Amino acid sequence: MESWIKSKLPEEIEKKIFRSSLSAAKKQEIKKETIDQYKKAQLNPGEAIGIVSAQSLGEPGTQMTMRTFHFVGVAELNVTLGLPRIIEILDARKEPKTPAMMVAVKKKYSQNKAKVDKIANKIQQVSLGEIAEEIFLDLANLSVIINFNEKAIKDRELNYEGITESLLKEIKGIDVKERKKGITVFMKVPEMKKLYRLKEKLKSVYVGGIKGVTHTLPVIRDGEYIIQTYGSNLKDIMEIKEVDFLKTTSNNIHEVASVLGIEAARQTVVNEIMAVLNEQGIPVDIRHVTLIADTMCKTGNLLGITRFGIASQKSSILARASFEIPLRHLIEASTVGETDQLTSVVENIMINQPVPVGTGLPGLVVKIDKTKKKTKKVKKK
Amino acid sequence: MSDVFLDGKLIGTIENPKVFVDSLITARREGKISNFLNVNYDKNLDSIDIFLEKNRIRRPLIIVNKGIPLLTNDIKERLKNGELSWDDLVMQGIIEYLDTSEEERVLIALNEKDLTEKHTHLEINPVAIFSICSSLVPYSNFTPSARFNIGSKSQKQSVGIYALNYLNRLDTSTNLLHYPQIPITHSFTEEIFGDKKNSGQNVVIAIMNYDGYNIEDSIVISKASIDRGFGRISHYRPYSAERLRYPGGQVDQVCIPDKETEGYGTEQDYRFLNEDGIIYPEAEVTGGDVLIGKTSPPRFLGKLESFSAAANVRKDTSVKIRSGEKGLVTDVFLTESIDGNALIKINTRDTRSPEIGDKFSSRHGQKGILGYIVPVEDMPFTASGIVPDIIFSPNGLPKRMTVNQLIEALCGKVGSLAGRRINGTAFQGEKPEDLRKELLELGFREDGTETMYDGRTGKQYEARIFVGNIYYMRLKYQVADKVQARARGPVQLLTRQPTEGKAKEGGLRLGEMEKESLIGHGASLLVKERFSSDKTIEYVCEKCGDLAIFDRYKNKPFCLVCGEKSTISPIELSYAFKLFLDELKSLGIKTKLELKDKY
Repeated sequence: MESWIKSKLPEEIEKKIFRSSLSAAKKQEIKKETIDQYKKAQLNPGEAIGIVSAQSLGEPGTQMTMRTFHFVGVAELNVTLGLPRIIEILDARKEPKTPAMMVAVKKKYSQNKAKVDKIANKIQQVSLGEIAEEIFLDLANLSVIINFNEKAIKDRELNYEGITESLLKEIKGIDVKERKKGITVFMKVPEMKKLYRLKEKLKSVYVGGIKGVTHTLPVIRDGEYIIQTYGSNLKDIMEIKEVDFLKTTSNNIHEVASVLGIEAARQTVVNEIMAVLNEQGIPVDIRHVTLIADTMCKTGNLLGITRFGIASQKSSILARASFEIPLRHLIEASTVGETDQLTSVVENIMINQPVPVGTGLPGLVVKIDKTKKKTKKVKKK
Repeated sequence: MSDVFLDGKLIGTIENPKVFVDSLITARREGKISNFLNVNYDKNLDSIDIFLEKNRIRRPLIIVNKGIPLLTNDIKERLKNGELSWDDLVMQGIIEYLDTSEEERVLIALNEKDLTEKHTHLEINPVAIFSICSSLVPYSNFTPSARFNIGSKSQKQSVGIYALNYLNRLDTSTNLLHYPQIPITHSFTEEIFGDKKNSGQNVVIAIMNYDGYNIEDSIVISKASIDRGFGRISHYRPYSAERLRYPGGQVDQVCIPDKETEGYGTEQDYRFLNEDGIIYPEAEVTGGDVLIGKTSPPRFLGKLESFSAAANVRKDTSVKIRSGEKGLVTDVFLTESIDGNALIKINTRDTRSPEIGDKFSSRHGQKGILGYIVPVEDMPFTASGIVPDIIFSPNGLPKRMTVNQLIEALCGKVGSLAGRRINGTAFQGEKPEDLRKELLELGFREDGTETMYDGRTGKQYEARIFVGNIYYMRLKYQVADKVQARARGPVQLLTRQPTEGKAKEGGLRLGEMEKESLIGHGASLLVKERFSSDKTIEYVCEKCGDLAIFDRYKNKPFCLVCGEKSTISPIELSYAFKLFLDELKSLGIKTKLELKDKY
């Protein structure tokens, strides 16, 4: 890095300004100033960046309000924002409280409202209850008779074979017989008691669309229609041919990590946190957020900032014990005879030694006479 | 079919709920059944609730029939002449008491002119919608509800005369205002409840800035006003001691303790005690002085120990003045406790004139801290030579919109000039417009502003300053009760860390967030120093890694495991960590310290 600044950077500046009519002295000044400014922007060794990041995010957190984003027209649907959402991301919860996707459609559809509506309709999850005109029990044959609403089936672009297939896939131990205007569901082992429960189960069974996507809403973003969804299923949505999978995102970080990889998940963490902060009007430098996202993703798996997540990755026993459930950490450490190297902050505060941060980081490198009185440092096993 | 509940218990059902409820109410108004009965029909639950139990909050209202109140002018006249009493009105069904459940079904008009066909009741007085405390806020119909609320809360914290028999009482920590005044701008509630126990003083306020001394809700007070007794209070704190009896016939002794007594302070501490071991009245005492000398017998006295001289030392359990407090002994009471033990109670008094940091408030939720006491010659003065007692910051007004404070200032000004008290009751006080006219007639500007001069330079201020009289209260929160600092002091026995809290002369904790802040600045050695309150030197055996013991006789350390021969080095660490190592040992976890050269 240092060599790059010395050799390459002046060259780059030279290339940019050689045409200008500035004097040689002025050009030299520009070079010097640029390098100085670059060096100023660098962090000093021993800067407590983690703490500064935590403070930069923690202080605005105290003034954040719980606010939710509401879907237009659907009162019960909203996306968690504000502090609860930040906590959710930092804890790396497996399921967000309100999973949602921003589904981008390919260029040729994105300007046409009707086409986008059609795609939205296609990806929305369909349950059997929505397309059925009536569902009733046939007690004589111990079966459930379902009559379809032909129009609804047509609207959702479904067919009988597809429905039968997904029914058989979703519910075990049934047979499906197609009829003229509907289907009849039989149980493989007929049982009176379970029949009613089967009927209730059938109503909510998934038959078409993308599984998990309960609501869709086409909205305009930057002059193009995109589809905002409630419920997330990144893997399936990318298989739809009208969807521009390069631009489609989900707010479920774990899903992004498994479908697109850890780098994408890291970016999702940054984007989601920044989105909440911007929505609240809180200016936080993105570098604090990227540092946190890096820390969460550095192992290749998503780790939350919890006792199960990155806190369990700490090398020091004392640091782990001081965070949560001390007894368990101490006993586990003692069974394998762990050694604490006392390299980080918490341990050194505990034993009242200078913390290796800031002015405590640099050490004096001098040859000393070994026969003289020794200065000691503590270690614990 | 509606369910009928009596005091919350189901007693039956009824066909026509409305007819039933109406008949009950009619019967109550006619005096056929108890007027303590309240009844309500809940449409949604289809249930009738009848209440007769104790402890319901009820309030009286005038009954209205088809938009006409039953309390007619004729009846009012007869009331004035004394022909009718309150009870008669209740008996005749002109006024009735409603509880919270019956209030649900009625429509109450605030004023007589608001009455319509739909109304069923009329307030006796519009102020009745407020509590006693909140009705004392003058012109409260000119203030936002939040400030109104704070204003009525502030009055509860004010120092006044809390009880007229205060000389015969020993309450724990009380304050007494020296020169209480009745407010110029008063509320009609005060007339009802009497105005003997007031808790404030009428002062002249000027609304202006005084350099930076009244920023952020602080106020500036003239030294002359304080010298004349503004906000001067007495703080009383009683102390008591009981001569307890212990099993085995042992008794506490009230006396001047011997110097041999365990826990004996210095001779200086006991200098005020009479021969009986009790302080004399009017003694001027400061923190740590003994009020009642008392010794207790030693605890856990075994059979053999009672013969040994060392175990027979009595303990000093004298009652001392709280640290940091001072005062004069006002009363000494000798009496008996419930158990029949001798009981000594001592009351101390401390005169406290206002000092910087004490809390003051007007009656409008405009509370503030005393920021500066200005010598009277430096105070601004008006053209007529009036020097304000308090300078209140104008920045407290726009956002809080306490217009009633300005109206009170106007009222106070008119009242003190015309020599009369002004009624400032909510909704029915004297009209501010009339008061402005009166002020003009009295020879002042009608908007209440006056030309003022800076006391320090004598120059006239460019702006005219609003000056008026306001009732100001001193609140019970005083710096004298709060201020505390320490450099060295007592430590906890277990952890050797400083104690916590003012009573124990404790330190101020540098908490988790403050620690992070220092680390964030990279002030590594400062962090070490701040947390070194419990640092100790411990000896560590380099062979086994256990803590070694220092042998004071031989003046050298030795290891309990390896003996004297192993290398033992002193290390500096926090005592809390040493304690932590001990706790780990008690858990059955062996700890080993590995020492290494730092450089």
